[in-house]
Amino acid sequence: MGETHSLEDRFQAFVEAENKVEPKHWMPDGYRKTLVRQISQHAHSEVVGMLPEANWISRAPSLRAKLILLAKVQDEAGHGLYLYSAAETLGTSRDQMIDDLLSGKAKYSSIFNYPTLTWADMGAIGWLVDGAAIANQVMLCRTSYGPYSRAMVRICKEESFHQRQGYEIMMTLAKGTKEQKAMAQDALNRWWWPSIMMFGPSDDNSPNSAQSMKWRIKRKSNDELRQEFIDKTVAQAEFIGLTLPDPDLKWNAETGHYDFGEIDWTEFFEVIAGNGPCNAERLAARQKAHDEGAWVRDAATAYAVKQAARKPNPSTQTHAA
Amino acid sequence: MTYQMKWDTCDPKTAYVLHLADDALILGQRLAEWCGHGPILEQDIALTNISLDLIGLARQYYQYAAELMGEGCSENDLAYHRDSRAFMNHLICEQPNGHWGDTLARQFYFDTFHFFQLEALAQSSDERLRHIAAKAIKETSYHAQYSAEWIIRLGDGTEESHAKIAQSLRHFAPFAHEFFVAAEVDRAASEAGFGPKVSDLSSSWVEKVDAILQLATLDPVDLGFPKKGGKAGLHSEHHGYLLAEMQSLARAYPDASW
Repeated sequence: MGETHSLEDRFQAFVEAENKVEPKHWMPDGYRKTLVRQISQHAHSEVVGMLPEANWISRAPSLRAKLILLAKVQDEAGHGLYLYSAAETLGTSRDQMIDDLLSGKAKYSSIFNYPTLTWADMGAIGWLVDGAAIANQVMLCRTSYGPYSRAMVRICKEESFHQRQGYEIMMTLAKGTKEQKAMAQDALNRWWWPSIMMFGPSDDNSPNSAQSMKWRIKRKSNDELRQEFIDKTVAQAEFIGLTLPDPDLKWNAETGHYDFGEIDWTEFFEVIAGNGPCNAERLAARQKAHDEGAWVRDAATAYAVKQAARKPNPSTQTHAA
Repeated sequence: MTYQMKWDTCDPKTAYVLHLADDALILGQRLAEWCGHGPILEQDIALTNISLDLIGLARQYYQYAAELMGEGCSENDLAYHRDSRAFMNHLICEQPNGHWGDTLARQFYFDTFHFFQLEALAQSSDERLRHIAAKAIKETSYHAQYSAEWIIRLGDGTEESHAKIAQSLRHFAPFAHEFFVAAEVDRAASEAGFGPKVSDLSSSWVEKVDAILQLATLDPVDLGFPKKGGKAGLHSEHHGYLLAEMQSLARAYPDASW
């Protein structure tokens, strides 16, 4: 009976039985492509995502705040590394992925195309952006591809720490002077809608979702994740006395969830298409680092080659002796 | 901010601790500018580590200085509410990052000095400084190894990297010379026994630096005419901008806590 099944059918049964797919296993081309696209996009988001927060490291208002922010942005670089490594197990090199980012072929999370205008944005990003990312990443800890799933387990631990740090910044500001509280509310107003857009288009408008769910890459729909995030965040905002900028937000006893207002999907698709406030700056910063680092990478490679050549080769030594 | 600044009455020990703190903070601040912009993700992470260590060290020194000053002075008062003329960091620490070779040449000279400085401070007559130095020397020996490895890699890498790092090393040598020219703050420290005589550190430094330069196929160091003044609060024009940026938010809201 089993031998009449196609490789695709067997693969499907394998993931449905909650097995992890490993790099050496057979997998459908579409599965591999989807994962490379998703994991590399995720890696790029970590690396591009360093930029808006790095923008405030030099101006952090206390030494403690500076250290926390610097360490946080460094963690994101580390997440980028785990994820590039996970994607490399699927046969695409990091160099190729970076080329695709710089050429605009590969995307990264739309949220990082918004500017960080005040210190409160460090709080809002940690609380909301990392919060939204965690909702997605907790789900991905159970994704069917083993290396991705394992990278997510590590990343989730650090991300939840980041989210608490972000919330702590917001809480401190909300309890602070009049100006600090206004700064916190302003940041919340600016980051709220882009944060809930992070989950992506609604289920009926998300072409890859169904197949990803079938392959157990995704375990929950965009709308489910978005709803979970909103339900959780409302109480957190109330607790620190800030107001979510959505007049339509209200508890619905029937569904047991919060109803919320219409998302401006035009904005979302425009930002994805490259027309957000900082798309050009973000890519230019990555391009500059890449270009100006070329001679450094060349030198490191040339030195490594020389060192390898200098190492005595045991077989030739034996002959010489 | 409740603490009233009184720099003129700062005693020699407090001044010396501030000098140590300022070096660590200002260089840490410069290195942090690389975060998100490094040539290789792994190196971005490594440089950030060094920055984190230095700013962490600066906090230990500032906290000590704040205790010595008393009257409610805090580490943040010292980092964020002093002007350029009150800072006593070496000029090399405040110099702009330039390219990767510039940053690593600056780092290599500083780390090597920092290592020998901490080795001497581990013998300080001041118990707190001994304690801080004993802890910091471990991470600093790692920094020195890291920057030395990059000097070798760039020196013995490509023709282009060799030329670039040679130029960077020449550029920073006169700044490194300041390490070994005693300013008032150093003289008071060595006379009282809580700090080393800085001229005594130069032979170990030159020996170590030259050994690495030789491995890197580069010329021995020529310190040249010293570029100095930092330890007396006479800085380069870069310093004011670095502080303006670093202190802007804290100074805009002096009554806020973060």
